[in-house]
Amino acid sequence: MQPSVDAEVIRAEHLDVGYRDKTVWQDADFGVRRGEFVAVIGPNGAGKTTLFRMLLGLQRPFRGDLRVFGTPPTRGNRKIGYVPQRHTIDHETHVESDKLVRLGFSGTRWGPGFSLRAEKEAAADALAAAGATDLGRKCVGAMSGGELQRVFLAEALVGNPELLLLDEPLANLDIRRSRELVQTINGLVRARKVTTLLVAHDINPLIQCLDKVIYIANGKVATGAPSTVLTSESLTALYGVPVEVLRDSRNNIVIVGGEEGHGDEHE
Amino acid sequence: MSSGIPPFSWNLVTDLRDMWQYNFMRNAFEAATIIAIVAGIIGYFVVLRRSAFATHALGHVGFSGAAGAVLFGVNPVYGLLLFTMSAGTGMSLLGTRATNRDVEIGTVLAFALGVGLLFLSLYTGYATEAYSILFGEVLGISDSSVLFTLEASLVVLAVLVLVYRPLLFASLDEDVADAKGLPMRFLSLTFMLLLAVAISIAVQVIGVLLIFAMMVTPAAIAVRLTKRPMTAVVVSVGVALFASWAGLFIAWYEPYPVSFFIVTIAFCIYVAVRAAQALSARLFHRVVRPLGSGGPIPRDSLQAGASRPIPRPSDPVPTETEPAG
Repeated sequence: MQPSVDAEVIRAEHLDVGYRDKTVWQDADFGVRRGEFVAVIGPNGAGKTTLFRMLLGLQRPFRGDLRVFGTPPTRGNRKIGYVPQRHTIDHETHVESDKLVRLGFSGTRWGPGFSLRAEKEAAADALAAAGATDLGRKCVGAMSGGELQRVFLAEALVGNPELLLLDEPLANLDIRRSRELVQTINGLVRARKVTTLLVAHDINPLIQCLDKVIYIANGKVATGAPSTVLTSESLTALYGVPVEVLRDSRNNIVIVGGEEGHGDEHE
Repeated sequence: MSSGIPPFSWNLVTDLRDMWQYNFMRNAFEAATIIAIVAGIIGYFVVLRRSAFATHALGHVGFSGAAGAVLFGVNPVYGLLLFTMSAGTGMSLLGTRATNRDVEIGTVLAFALGVGLLFLSLYTGYATEAYSILFGEVLGISDSSVLFTLEASLVVLAVLVLVYRPLLFASLDEDVADAKGLPMRFLSLTFMLLLAVAISIAVQVIGVLLIFAMMVTPAAIAVRLTKRPMTAVVVSVGVALFASWAGLFIAWYEPYPVSFFIVTIAFCIYVAVRAAQALSARLFHRVVRPLGSGGPIPRDSLQAGASRPIPRPSDPVPTETEPAG
């Protein structure tokens, strides 16, 4: 291994993962270094969220070695901030966003009595960092998708994590909101050196900011700089069927052919 | 009970003093107060966790427990506790949230009611026992029952103080709370046991069939009036207290059941709040929906189908050819 191993936040070697008896992807090797902004890309059901569950210690790999901050992942790692795809928060959730962010700070503490001021300050800082200061008094049930994602980002940031795992924060945002949110996240990555993994369907809003891509498809994982992974040759090898990567005049990427090869995009 | 008592006066303090000369009335007010506090707080979590049906079901399961206790000559509250706590444990084993378990819970609920019916038919005493379990008998609460209610409530409140924040976090944002290492199964079990105890004592006042009025309606009103959890808990307790006190007060002068008045008052507040909010939404044409006016969440907001990209006209990428997964 390289001498940069100390700065490695994530290291996976010969990793096989899956649910029950079904392997989702196998023999994956990848590493993420401190301060990198990484996109996790791939078709539905390819195992992107599974990767996050692995890193969070919610699920164990079948085989291989996975290290986060140099140790096997354990649930409840305070160095990790997590934005899942929410299922439990909807328009019936009548709670103001400031309270949700505060729970990100203090929600794991039992019993009465601790500094409310520390909680308040941490929440205000996190909301500011996520560009959501003006959303603190708003009810999460009444928010737009873009506003919610900023609040969730603040909730994840509130404990000053060193690693951010963002699961589909751009899903259902229009292209302008996507780019704005990516700008905010990129600012955090650069200013705070927060290593960030972001699961996305569309790589285009991200491509300017990325250091690395983890591409999961067809039971395999390819990783590297966007310019090396997102090529016709590399994705053809990954999918095992001909895939073409096209670029338009504005350098937007279109990937043609891969989805048919995988086949479960529209399930 | 309109014979031989002083008539209603607009001096409410004098009225209450008149009522409280009677021991059964003092007991009724004491028990209703304790239960309103516990039910109001637990009810907030019921609403937050969308466990209203589980609450309803636990009440019914409690019915067969109470009927069984009556059959064996034991205080019904012990039967209630045994059955609701067992059923609560079972429900928490079904999943960290009892949200999408309607069919399983309903199946157990029907079975429990059937067993309760059998117990009642085996019991050769008076049908009034069944009546008081089903609809509550707040005017017949003994001194020892009040004491037991107080003790059980203090245990519930003490546990709530210990688990309040983690339980709130786990109820509101399950996925993050789980990733942060909170013991989700333990919290779920704890909540169901607290709920079971709260229901068991509340049945004395309101009965199993009307448990919603104490355990759910006040909290449902509260979340429409405030978006702060602590304030919502206070409002919920306030509504439960008001409904039960006003119910007892009115029943003192009118020859109708207390439970009816409590349920009706809670219902009227609920309807009034919803109507006022619907009206204000219509009057002011607010772009941002007011709390709880219902209506569909914006298309670009969180949705179950979040995993499928929505075609965007502004996107320079041709939407036919899927961009990168």
